Amino acid sequence: MAKSIDVSDLNIYYGDFLAVEGVNMTIRAKAVTAFIGPSGCGKSTFLRTLNRMHEVIPGARVEGKVMVSGQSLYDPAIDPVAVRRQIGMVFQRPNPFPTMSIYDNVIAGSKLNAKKMKRSEADAIVEKSLRGANLWNEVKDRLDKPGMSLSGGQQQRLCIARAIAVEPEVLLMDEPCSALDPISTSAIEDLIHELKSEYTIVIVTHNMQQAARVSDETGFFNLKAAGQPGHLVEFNPTTKMFTNPDEPSTEAYISGRFG
Amino acid sequence: MSTTTPLEPDTFAISANLAQPRLPRWAVVLVGVISLGLAGLVTLLTGWSLVGGLVLAILLMVAGLPTWSLLVEGRRAAADRFATALVWAAFAVVLVPLVWLIWMVVDHGLSAIDREFLTYDMRNVVGSGGGIYHALWGTILVTLAATVISVPIGLFTAIYLVEYGRGKRLARATTFLVDVMTGIPSIVAGLFALSLFVLIFGPAIRIGFGGAVALSLLMIPTVVRSAEEMLRLVPNDLREASYALGIPKWRTIVKVVLPTALGGIITGVVLAISRVIGETAPLLVVAGATDSVNFNLFDGRMMTLPVYIFSQYSSPGVVPVGMEGDPPGYARAWGAALVLIVIVMVLNLVARIIGTYFAPKTDRRR
Amino acid sequence: MSVTAPPQPRPAKAVVRPGDRIFAGAARVAALTIMLALAGVFVFLAIEGLPGLSAPAHIYAPAEDFWSYVGPLVFGTILAAVVALIIAVPFSIGVALFISHYAPPRIAAPVAYVIDLLAAVPSVVYGLWGGLALASAIRPVMDWLYENLGFLPFFAGPPSVTGRTMLTAGIVLAIMIVPITTAISREVFAQTPRLHEEAAMALGATRWEMIRLAVFPYARSGVISAVMLGLGRALGETMAVAMVLSASPVVTLNLISDTNPATIASNIASNYKEATPDKQALLIATGLVLFAVTFAVNFAARWVIGRSERNVAR
Repeated sequence: MAKSIDVSDLNIYYGDFLAVEGVNMTIRAKAVTAFIGPSGCGKSTFLRTLNRMHEVIPGARVEGKVMVSGQSLYDPAIDPVAVRRQIGMVFQRPNPFPTMSIYDNVIAGSKLNAKKMKRSEADAIVEKSLRGANLWNEVKDRLDKPGMSLSGGQQQRLCIARAIAVEPEVLLMDEPCSALDPISTSAIEDLIHELKSEYTIVIVTHNMQQAARVSDETGFFNLKAAGQPGHLVEFNPTTKMFTNPDEPSTEAYISGRFG
Repeated sequence: MSTTTPLEPDTFAISANLAQPRLPRWAVVLVGVISLGLAGLVTLLTGWSLVGGLVLAILLMVAGLPTWSLLVEGRRAAADRFATALVWAAFAVVLVPLVWLIWMVVDHGLSAIDREFLTYDMRNVVGSGGGIYHALWGTILVTLAATVISVPIGLFTAIYLVEYGRGKRLARATTFLVDVMTGIPSIVAGLFALSLFVLIFGPAIRIGFGGAVALSLLMIPTVVRSAEEMLRLVPNDLREASYALGIPKWRTIVKVVLPTALGGIITGVVLAISRVIGETAPLLVVAGATDSVNFNLFDGRMMTLPVYIFSQYSSPGVVPVGMEGDPPGYARAWGAALVLIVIVMVLNLVARIIGTYFAPKTDRRR
Repeated sequence: MSVTAPPQPRPAKAVVRPGDRIFAGAARVAALTIMLALAGVFVFLAIEGLPGLSAPAHIYAPAEDFWSYVGPLVFGTILAAVVALIIAVPFSIGVALFISHYAPPRIAAPVAYVIDLLAAVPSVVYGLWGGLALASAIRPVMDWLYENLGFLPFFAGPPSVTGRTMLTAGIVLAIMIVPITTAISREVFAQTPRLHEEAAMALGATRWEMIRLAVFPYARSGVISAVMLGLGRALGETMAVAMVLSASPVVTLNLISDTNPATIASNIASNYKEATPDKQALLIATGLVLFAVTFAVNFAARWVIGRSERNVAR
């Protein structure tokens, strides 16, 4: 079910401010695509346009096209809510709903759509999703505990479980490990490897090594100059990107000369 | 790729088709216009009031849009549209009494106000005529006295809470008591002042100063709250910088902390004044009512604007024989209400202006 | 922080300047004054009000003793406040959501200001408007309620011809407490962490579902306390009720007839004028009861806030 995403000539605005300019790329299905670049270059902003979370911010808008299996995401006939159901998202900081138990957190998205769900059905979704997020064994005995009672890494995996419980086709991850310790980070990275057999995964990361470890393809974003909009410098398979990049500025960034 | 029918939401078979049927953008406008038109028609046919017609229009809108949405977009979208319509409707309905009230006060009040109204009292006035001169002065004096009592107490309490009492039991108790004071019904404050002065002077006592005591009981918590908040906003670096220069604590407070927070504190005080200036009940029970001018806070009854409104309303006099219309007291009540509202609004505006005027200065110092 | 509170145990006693001592003393005295004032409220009301508990029987007419005198008043107070809450709470939540989540940003701030203006209008003006404008305008509504919902005890009627009923008073009270509950609710709604809202949106929630998933659970206790504070205000409000209601000492749930129970506060306001010392003591005693009731309500509100703050901290 995973889908590829075609982006063409995408400009992203906050009000009158052009934040990201002229992005063209094709994100492959069932692969991990990573975005790297210095902070403030618009990679998270770009990520959020892929499931129309960008327009949640007042005044934010986009120009250009994002096509998912032949349909333009920004067509007026498209319901942003439907888009977000099929393109799930995991955020920088883990954000389980604080008033809900682990169980309720996982089932939250599915509950929205089903008028009534049988208990057994719900149980099945919860177990499947938590197993999918490699969290089942750690929490199966305390599903009724608050989601906030978990450790940071567990919370983030809970958020991933919550995102995959609605069976999206694409999973966007916005620096999912930046708030986590190294052990939790490697747990999430392992999980990303497993998830890519079923989902198209797009991940924004600060950490170039992480991009190199988890991704199949990498996009490098940069600012032309301070105050200028961000843009996509290079988009290539990860191995090529980290060994023999096309652009000199990519090489400069990867080798640590700036950023 | 499965394509399920959109009206049968299935949990798992998420359709590959992102384009679900949606209402066009002009749907909201269309339903709004139709609702207004229908309601207007009904209003004209049945002779309802304007307000009734508006309410009907809102009801039609709240019912119509979600129904259409349910038919086209499905259950979830319809629920969302319904909630949105309800929220907008709640806002529109709340505006109705506000606009209505302001319109009535301005409309009736303006026709009542003239030079005589502002410069005459009610002494020996029978029928129409007379004015609010005595009540205006009463309100000014009583409120001024209340401010003089409550600002020092409130300000010093705030200073204690922020600068001296941190973590002490007295500070915690005071915070709690200020909370309790915020919740005192205004009439209880009036009864308190009444009891106090009755104990001292005997049961028949009614003096303006009693009203000031009652009002300050209502004013103090507001002053403490706002001053405390403002003092806490003063960055600690400023205090430390001052201590490092060898300046004693009290001079630090007077010379550094208070000036920095001054704008906010004045704003808070003005807002507190605007809050209590319209209080009626406490003045009614302790300051009483009179028809004459009284400049002495400590002797005799004193009229105030809110009490004036109340007494003109509750004993409006009689319509002269052979005349039509409302009793003369109503017109005076509306006129006084307009004056009172204008005073309150001006005070609010002044508070806002002071707030914005002083705000950049503190920012720069920071 | 570090300099303002030097460590307590010092070998040499710190020098205290006279200026510091005076200033600190004045601050402490001010705090103590508040304590005294509040104690004074209670003590003076008790001293002056206690005789009202056991006054000559004719003072309580038509009732016979204090409790049967104050009973209908307490009932009326609570009834008016509850009617006001039932009307005000849905609107407050709606308007608060409008400001925090629905209104375009450009108009949200002015709207919030307008709602605050509602709070600045003096209560006596509300009373004037309620008595002279709303009461007559609302008569058709009461007729309609009587004809169509007359089987409910609240609308048993017959509808008052003046329109000065408990329902009218409740509506005026509701308009007065809407700004208070709205202001607090919109603040807690707006404080909902963006992360939680985005989490809900990313799951494909509509705006309403996002509010139910992320905003309401977060804001629940804040809204409850806002409602309780509104209740406290409604219980103690005097003028609007005194000017709208034509009151008699009855206990009835009928909201639209011409016999309506008074509230404690409105009863004081309408009777203070011809008060003999005995009657005055009685009115003060009822004031004490009102104080106790509002204190209890406000205390409960604060307790709810405190408990939720602890919950969040955990």
